[in-house]
Amino acid sequence: MIGLPHFLVVSAGLFTIGIYGLLSKRNAISLLMSVELLFNASNVALAAFARFGYGSVEPLAGQAFALFVITIAAAEVAVAIAILLLIYRLRGTIWVDEIDLLRW
Amino acid sequence: MSHSQALYSIAFYAVALLTLTSALLVVTLRNVVRAALALIACFFMVSWLYLLMNADLLWVAQLLIYAGAIPVLVVFAIMMTRRSMSDTSNSDTSNRAWALPVAAAVFVLLLAVLLPAPWKLTPWPDLAGTTGVIGEQLIRTFAVPFEVVSVLLLIGLIGAVILARHEETEAEERK
Repeated sequence: MIGLPHFLVVSAGLFTIGIYGLLSKRNAISLLMSVELLFNASNVALAAFARFGYGSVEPLAGQAFALFVITIAAAEVAVAIAILLLIYRLRGTIWVDEIDLLRW
Repeated sequence: MSHSQALYSIAFYAVALLTLTSALLVVTLRNVVRAALALIACFFMVSWLYLLMNADLLWVAQLLIYAGAIPVLVVFAIMMTRRSMSDTSNSDTSNRAWALPVAAAVFVLLLAVLLPAPWKLTPWPDLAGTTGVIGEQLIRTFAVPFEVVSVLLLIGLIGAVILARHEETEAEERK
């Protein structure tokens, strides 16, 4: 019988893969994709809580939260990609270890 | 275990396996365009995970926004930047030796917190769909966050346009 722990393990796995990509990649767009994986991991956990804890204080609040997360992720991607294109135009690179203007 | 439960288990394990595999491909493929395609596959599989959790509105939202709109933006950004098609376009930094232990530690920590926690489980009611319930919530309980998010989307739209605008073409227009 598939229950809450199964979905939580999938969520934790997605989160771990996102953290790994966030820490190891050079391309700023890859970092952005890893952040999207983190958002998806949290959304899976929220939807799982909504599914298996329906009778709690606010029914389906988890799914409403996940909808907000999806909306905010869309805005975040638009702004982040605009910033990346601006950095690329100004400095000719989007590799995060070459964008070191503030590094001492 | 009844017949439908066995089918549900098979569907869950297949979807979970495909989700995690495509997510792994996102961080391991050397070509960033291929990584973006794996990302689309991962979002697509996560949408089926939502359907397995009876979240039909989230399923549609995930397909439209995550599997549809966001990859378009990401692929567009990849094509606008140099070196995108090369086999080193998704390479690792010198931090890579640290990344794996830290990620493994995060995984162990998450499981150690999530699995033993005493969750209050309740049975699923026989709903015709979740859209009605969520829609009512959005205009009652979450009315304020709903309005704030709409303002945030507007600010994000304006901010993205202002950031991505060409300074030179603007100067030429003024002449």
